[in-house]
Amino acid sequence: MKPNRNQKLWMYEQMHTSRYFEECIEKIYMEGKSPAFNMANGPIPGEMHLSNGQEPCAVGVCAHLDAEDIVTSTHRPHHVAIAKGVDLDRMTAEIFGKKSGLSGGRGGHMHIFDADVNFSCSGIIAEGMGPAVGAALSRHLQKKAGVAVAFIGEGAANQGAFHESINLAAVWKLPVVFVIEDNAWGISVAKNTSTAIEHNDARAAAYGIPGHFVPDNDPLAIFEVAGKAIDRARRGEGPSLIEIETFRLAGHFMGDAEGYRPKGEKDALYARDPIPKMRQHLIDEENWSEEQDQELVHRAHKRVDLAIQFARDSEYPAPEEAMEQVFV
Amino acid sequence: MTVATKERKLTIARAMAESIAQEMRTDERVFVMGEDIGPLGGVFGNTRGLHDEFGSERVRDTPISETAFMGAAVGAASDGMRPIVELMFVDFFGVCFDAIYNLMAKNTYFSGGNVQVPVVLMTSTGGGYSDAGQHSQCLHATFAHLPGMKVVAPSNAYDAKGLMTAAIRDNNPVIFMFHKALQGMGWLGTEKDAIVHVPEETYTVPIGKAAVVREGTDVTIVGITSGVHHGIKAARKLAERGVSAEVIDLRSLVPLDRETVIESVRKTGRLIVVDEDYQSYGLTSEIICSVAEQGIPLKAAPQRVAYPDIPIPFTRPMEQWALPSADKIIAAYELMEKNT
Ligand SMILES: Cc1ncc(C[n+]2csc(CCOP(=O)(O)OP(=O)(O)O)c2C)c(N)n1
Repeated sequence: MKPNRNQKLWMYEQMHTSRYFEECIEKIYMEGKSPAFNMANGPIPGEMHLSNGQEPCAVGVCAHLDAEDIVTSTHRPHHVAIAKGVDLDRMTAEIFGKKSGLSGGRGGHMHIFDADVNFSCSGIIAEGMGPAVGAALSRHLQKKAGVAVAFIGEGAANQGAFHESINLAAVWKLPVVFVIEDNAWGISVAKNTSTAIEHNDARAAAYGIPGHFVPDNDPLAIFEVAGKAIDRARRGEGPSLIEIETFRLAGHFMGDAEGYRPKGEKDALYARDPIPKMRQHLIDEENWSEEQDQELVHRAHKRVDLAIQFARDSEYPAPEEAMEQVFV
Repeated sequence: MTVATKERKLTIARAMAESIAQEMRTDERVFVMGEDIGPLGGVFGNTRGLHDEFGSERVRDTPISETAFMGAAVGAASDGMRPIVELMFVDFFGVCFDAIYNLMAKNTYFSGGNVQVPVVLMTSTGGGYSDAGQHSQCLHATFAHLPGMKVVAPSNAYDAKGLMTAAIRDNNPVIFMFHKALQGMGWLGTEKDAIVHVPEETYTVPIGKAAVVREGTDVTIVGITSGVHHGIKAARKLAERGVSAEVIDLRSLVPLDRETVIESVRKTGRLIVVDEDYQSYGLTSEIICSVAEQGIPLKAAPQRVAYPDIPIPFTRPMEQWALPSADKIIAAYELMEKNT
C-alpha cells in the first residue's frame, strides 16, 4: 500500500515540523551553557537527545496510527511524539520544565506522557517494549480497537526485554508492532561491534513472526512496510518486527564530541538527508511547486515557533509542587 | 596524609582510571567491561586511557545487555578473573539486578566460601543538573540493604583512588558509587573540593573506615559523597557564628563504620545525617538508629537532611528544592538549638 498524495504531504510536513523543532531546541539548549558547557544551566537543562535524521521512522509508521493507538518511545522521543500528535505546546513546555507542560515539569524531555494520544516514553533502554505488549494485551482483553507500537533503537535489540517482549507478544498473538530505528550507533558503540547479526529483522524468525528490513531511511518505503505490519496487527494476526536503516545527524546527546565517528561520516549522512529527498520526490511525482513548498514549510515552522513561545511565556511550577502526584 | 612535595591534583574520574590502570599492569586477572568504557573512556571519564594502553581484549565495550554482562562478571570472577564492570547510571540496575543480589552477593555464602566473586561494579549516582528521575538517583540504601556486597562511595579523588585499589584487591564484590557532581567532568559542573592531591604510587584506603574530615565539638554532621561537601560547607558557615561542627565522611556504606560516628556523637551530643538518597528506610535512619541503640545522652533530637520520598523531578525549581544543601543542614542545626 503506497501513500497517497495527502499522506505524503502529511509525512513531509511532520518531518519539517520535527526537524525545525530539534533545530530550535538545539539553539535554545545552548543558551546559558557557554563559555563553560554545564548541563545544569540554561532554559533547557539536563540531557538532550535530538532526533535529526530519524524523522522518516516516525512519520512512516505514525501515518497509520490514530490517537487511540498506543506508542511507546525512547530517550530520543521528539520526532515520534510529534508524528503521534502529542500536544506540541505542552510537550515543549515540559521540555522547558514549565507548569503548563504535559507533566507540570516533572518529566522533561525523556519522560513525555500524553494520555490523550496514548504516547509515552522512557530513558531506560528497551523498557518501552513490555508496556507496549501490555497495552496490546489490554486492548485484546477489553475487545477494544487499537494497536501498540514500540519504537526502540538498534542498541536496544540486545536487551533481554527485547527478546522476552517479542516472544510474549508472539505466543499471545497480540496487536503490537516493534520498530527498530537503526541509526548504527549506541552512544559511541557501533552496531557491528555490539550486534551478532547485520539486520535485526532476522531475529523475527526466532519468534515465528514476520520481520521486515527497510533500507535507506526512506519514508515512502517505511510507510508501506509499517502499513502491512499494522494492518496485520489490527486483523488480530499478531506482532511484527521492523528494522529501519536510519541515521542520526546529531551527537548522541548535546555536548557529544562525536570523536568515535569515522571522518566524513556526517557529511555523507547530510548528503542523504531524507527531507530534501522527499521534497524532490514531491516535485517529481506530485506536481509540487516552490510556492506550495514554502507555504508548507512556513506553516510547520510557525507551529513550532508558537509552541516555543508558549513554553517560554509559561511559568515555572512552585517548588513545593514536587510533592504532588505522589503519596509520602 | 604526609605533606606532598609536589601537588598533583586529580579529579575523581582520573583517580579511578589511574587506580584501574595500575592494578591492570600488575594483575593479569583484572579486566574492564561495560557500555562506552572502551575508546570513549566512559561517559564519566573513569576509564579514560585504559583502552589505549590495554586494548580491546581487556577493556571491552559491551552491547546494551546488562543481564548478560552482569551475569558474565559473576561467572568470570568465580573462575578466577577480577572483572571491573561499569553500568553508567545507578538508575539502570533494574534490568540486571538479579545477577547482583542473588548471585554476586550470595554465592560466596551459599558455597560455604568455596567460591569467591571479586567483582567491582562502578556506577554513577546523584542529580542536581535536571536529568529527571531515571538518571539522578543515588540508591545507596538499595545496595547497602542487601548483604554480601561491600559498598563504597568516595567524596574526593584521594579516597577514590585508594578505595578503587582496595576494591579491586578485595575478594568480595564491591559496588563503587561515584557521584556525578564530584566526578570532575566539566559538563556536569564540578565540586572543586573533590579535586585533591593524589599520590602517583599505589595505595589503598581501607573499605569500611570513615574519615573525620573536620573536627568539631558542638555537632556531628555525617554524610557520604555529595553529603560530605554539603556538610563541610555548612560547617564553614556554622564556624562563622561560633559553632564548631565535626564532619564525618563515611566513605563506605557497607561495612559501615558506626564506631567513628558514635565516638563523635559522644563528644558533641548532637547529630545531623545528610544523604542524597531517598529519606525513608535509608542511610539517615540507619545512622540515627545506630546511635540511639547506644543510649548516648543527646542534647537535642537528631536530625536528617535527605531526599524526600518522591521520584526526582526534572524541572529545576522542584529538583533544587528537594535536594539536600548546606542551608538545610544549617536549618536543621538551628532547629536543634531551638529545641535544646
Ligand atoms: C538499561 C540502560 N542501559 C544503558 C543506558 C544508557 N544509554 C542511554 S542511550 C544508550 C544508547 C542507546 O542506543 P540505541 O538503543 O541504539 O538508541 P539511540 O541512542 O541510538 O537512539 C545507552 C547505552 C540506558 N539508558 N538504559
